[in-house]
Amino acid sequence: MTETDTPPVTASLDTDPFAPDVLANPLPLQARLRDAGPVVYLESHGVHALARYEHVHAVLSDWQTFQSAAGVGLANFREEKPWRPPSLLLEADPPLHDAPRAVLSRVLGPRALRGLRQAWAEDARALVDQVLRDTEFDAVTALAQAFPLRVFPDAVGLEEEGRHHLLPYGDHAFNAFGPPNALVDKGAPHIAGHAEWVNGQCTRERLAPDGFGAAIWAAADRGDVTAEQAPLIVRSLLTAGVDTTVHALGALLYAFATHPEQWRRLRADPGLARVAFDEAVRWESPVQTFFRTTTRDVEIAGTTVPDGGKILTFLGAANRDPRRWDDPDSFDLTRDPSAHVGFGMGIHQCVGQHVARLEAESLLTALAERVEEIELAGAPRRHLNNTLRAWGSMPVRVRTV
Amino acid sequence: MVMKSSAAPAANSGTAAALSLRVARRAEVADGVVSLTLTRPDGGRLPDWTPGAHVDLVLPGGFTRQYSLCGDRWDAHSYRVAVLREPGGRGGSAFVHEHVREGDLLGLGGPRNNFALAPAREYHFVAGGIGITPLIPMITQAELLGVPWRLLYGGRTRSSMAFAGELARAHGDRVRLLPEDECGRPDLADWLPGPAPGAKVYACGPGGLLDAVRGACDRWPPGQVRTERFVAAAAADSTGGREFEVELRRSGTRLTVGRDQTLLQALAGAGTQVLSSCRQGLCGTCETTVLDGVPDHRDSILDETDRAAGDCMFVCVSRSHSERLVLDL
Repeated sequence: MTETDTPPVTASLDTDPFAPDVLANPLPLQARLRDAGPVVYLESHGVHALARYEHVHAVLSDWQTFQSAAGVGLANFREEKPWRPPSLLLEADPPLHDAPRAVLSRVLGPRALRGLRQAWAEDARALVDQVLRDTEFDAVTALAQAFPLRVFPDAVGLEEEGRHHLLPYGDHAFNAFGPPNALVDKGAPHIAGHAEWVNGQCTRERLAPDGFGAAIWAAADRGDVTAEQAPLIVRSLLTAGVDTTVHALGALLYAFATHPEQWRRLRADPGLARVAFDEAVRWESPVQTFFRTTTRDVEIAGTTVPDGGKILTFLGAANRDPRRWDDPDSFDLTRDPSAHVGFGMGIHQCVGQHVARLEAESLLTALAERVEEIELAGAPRRHLNNTLRAWGSMPVRVRTV
Repeated sequence: MVMKSSAAPAANSGTAAALSLRVARRAEVADGVVSLTLTRPDGGRLPDWTPGAHVDLVLPGGFTRQYSLCGDRWDAHSYRVAVLREPGGRGGSAFVHEHVREGDLLGLGGPRNNFALAPAREYHFVAGGIGITPLIPMITQAELLGVPWRLLYGGRTRSSMAFAGELARAHGDRVRLLPEDECGRPDLADWLPGPAPGAKVYACGPGGLLDAVRGACDRWPPGQVRTERFVAAAAADSTGGREFEVELRRSGTRLTVGRDQTLLQALAGAGTQVLSSCRQGLCGTCETTVLDGVPDHRDSILDETDRAAGDCMFVCVSRSHSERLVLDL
């Protein structure tokens, strides 16, 4: 930091980052935020925003100063009642966060997933074979939604009946991190029904005996978490494990449909599937934003944010910060996307990231085996969400091998 | 405090920051016990940890020893360990006592936690000697959560019992100190209550004490009694921070990992891209299959069984015990 005689003036913007036109294309606002300064005051919501990689990464890593238990949305749980009992993971800090996180890290860890690799590869091939009976289809419904919905609920151990609740439940939960705008209003009348099914699935009796859900209950039996915590930990899987993956796969498919040279590169070296997925997560950032709350008066790059202040971190902006990434707007499999913040960073980093990577690797590998070319067959349509960057539909045309 | 933005670029660029820590402070805290305060040479954040965690310290000369973290995790920039001089030990503790000075650099592995504090309605802590160290942050945690707790802390003599005075002063009669030369051996059966729903016993110390705790708790359900035994780490010939050779079987590449670089950096330098994320051995993204050689695991992920299997490693922090590693890359 340089010494100055006068305190720096914090930049401010009056744009609402949750307005429909911004959600439809957040990139111009992200660039304005990054260029306005390291900390930008958002007049629309009375919060400070960070959009540069360096500061987003540092704030996400520093749980001591930037807490999650006051909510990772705009609502400040110190003053407002959350719409549902807070998550024991996403909306918790140490020490309460420790035990649920330790359990879920193990249940969803790479070593625990080894047993699923073969089965998911076969599931992906079966789905791809079925979808490729047509040369034109909607990549969102046919692949990005269909594959996670085919493998993830089974892996958790959910009942067959009622799985259609999963996507709208997650969609509402991610809308609810934003302000109470029209997107939240649209979901609110239906959320009770979705929540009832989701909460019901979290009970021991309704979970299959060999899935992630049962593994969480087994941890409760060992005393690693309490029986009161177990259903809420299962709920985290159901809230954060479906929509996010669906939209990440949508981003991946869009990236390849619009970058034929990258598709050829992947086909030439299918080992790039994992890198491709993380590059798509960096490039599109399916989770665009999360809030933190300061635990004390804290100075960030010359701006003091008072205790209890909400800070909006723009993961998507950080992932395209030219201060960190060369040619950040290009989707490029030769890039090393490591250390992007699309999964967050620090103790709250996406605990399901290995599940998402395995789903993506399975699907992409199966597609690369059979699809020579993939391109858009019509204009794709965005699905707006206060937190998620998503496609609602994406007509594609493929030429199979 | 100004947010240390300097910490971010260092952590992101995958520098060798995770490799070594500087001894910022060395203090005698009891007879035969020194405490070391460890920081990153660049002052950045250290990997996060939870009560009950330990780190591997790689001492000059290649000894690797495990020490429980007994500092304050709300201070992200320093670790504290306390080391008992063990006359019958294999030289690690003697080395720390005789040779480690402020300013020295020590290699780091972990932190890892095989002794995590699980939720409970009440805690009964039992410490024997230097076994107090992992319990210190647990006590802090129980205080933060407002969970009732009590501590039985035994040692040879009062002056050999690290942190005994602070604990007694801060917590009064919740803490029962039992120096053996004054009080004899603790009567665990008398001190430990019968099993109660939601109660947990955490005990750390020498094997004899833990056997006595197990004996006194024979009616308790197994998950409610948790112990950590101090065992000598398997005598491994660590390369420490020294260089080692790596063969990449699939690409046929051979490379040397220098003492001041990570394996991940060396791989990138040789044109082999391995996806990573946290670069602290925490997230598990850079898992790589090991085909031959003995990895020197420095991550926070693998448990003892996984480590012994030796079939995978996290290349962002882990190194090699053997002169050569063969990876499936």
